[in-house]
Amino acid sequence: MDNILEAKEIRKSYLNKKALRGINLNIPLGKIVGLLGPNGSGKTTFLKIAAGILHQSKGEILIDGNIPGVHSKSIVSYLPDNEYLLKWMKVKDAVMYFKDFYSDFDEIKAKELLVFMNLDENDVVKSLSKGMKEKLKLTLVLSRKAKLYILDEPLGGVDPTAREKILNAIVSNFSKDSSMIITTHLVNDIERIFDDVAFISEGEIVLEGNAEELRTSRKKSIDELYREVFQ
Amino acid sequence: MVTEFNDKTPIYLQIMDIIKMNIVTGKLKANDKLPSVREMATNLNVNPNTLQRSYQELERLKIVYTQRGTGTFVGEEKDMVDDLKREMAKEVIDSFILRMKNLGFNDNEIIKSVSKETMEVKSNG
Repeated sequence: MDNILEAKEIRKSYLNKKALRGINLNIPLGKIVGLLGPNGSGKTTFLKIAAGILHQSKGEILIDGNIPGVHSKSIVSYLPDNEYLLKWMKVKDAVMYFKDFYSDFDEIKAKELLVFMNLDENDVVKSLSKGMKEKLKLTLVLSRKAKLYILDEPLGGVDPTAREKILNAIVSNFSKDSSMIITTHLVNDIERIFDDVAFISEGEIVLEGNAEELRTSRKKSIDELYREVFQ
Repeated sequence: MVTEFNDKTPIYLQIMDIIKMNIVTGKLKANDKLPSVREMATNLNVNPNTLQRSYQELERLKIVYTQRGTGTFVGEEKDMVDDLKREMAKEVIDSFILRMKNLGFNDNEIIKSVSKETMEVKSNG
């Protein structure tokens, strides 16, 4: 099977601090992979390397067969876990901003998703609640026709009803010719959408596998396994 | 459709059980069309690949059949529903017997307590 992402022995140090200690991870086409770990485990660092924003200290990462760069950025849709929308923008300005930036941006889909998410085009970004901002960011990222979606904490700081909406948007917009990597520490809410999971602790992957096989062999939910690994 | 999953057991098996239950209770009848994989995945907020696997397994067991381009349908074989009913009843009984034995009941005591309870249900019903 084709892998959309292949990471071999990825290491990353910030001065003395080792953030990643040799990550090996493959993401096959058509799969949703959960990268699970507590704060500070290295999830975001790894995603930034995959998105081409950071460079690894050692190791090799290939996105669709190429090292991260212009090509990979054109096929990777990245949802960072920080704020990047400009406060003065209206929702519709943010949509146009994305449309200008990415040739694979589907404006019609974005409009449909805004309706689904109950977002008003004329609202100003500054006035949006945390949950609404998260919905808007996800709308923009899912409206690209990318091959790899990298979602860093899409459920962070969002109330349970908004979580349902976000999950629903992810599931209904997932297609067989793309892949997703999603990080979270809210495993319980999202574990039903993962094909594969990888548990990351202190910059290393400590357990990985097919979610259904792990449930069968361990007789535990992924959430319970998470609690066991990171107790 | 609101469904509580028990995430300890594989999701695809639980989805198969939901569909089997709907067939046994007659909510789904022979040749009824099942929702598409995508539709069902969205309703349940479950990975479409998991749904695909449930449908494939049901097809392998000849409980449903797929018609190219039109969708997945409930099988029409004569004995299928009875077989399913028997199989699901066996699962209920097996787990019941196991739990009774764990409580310290022997075979005779289990039978006795069951017939006592069914009599009571009959007279109250």
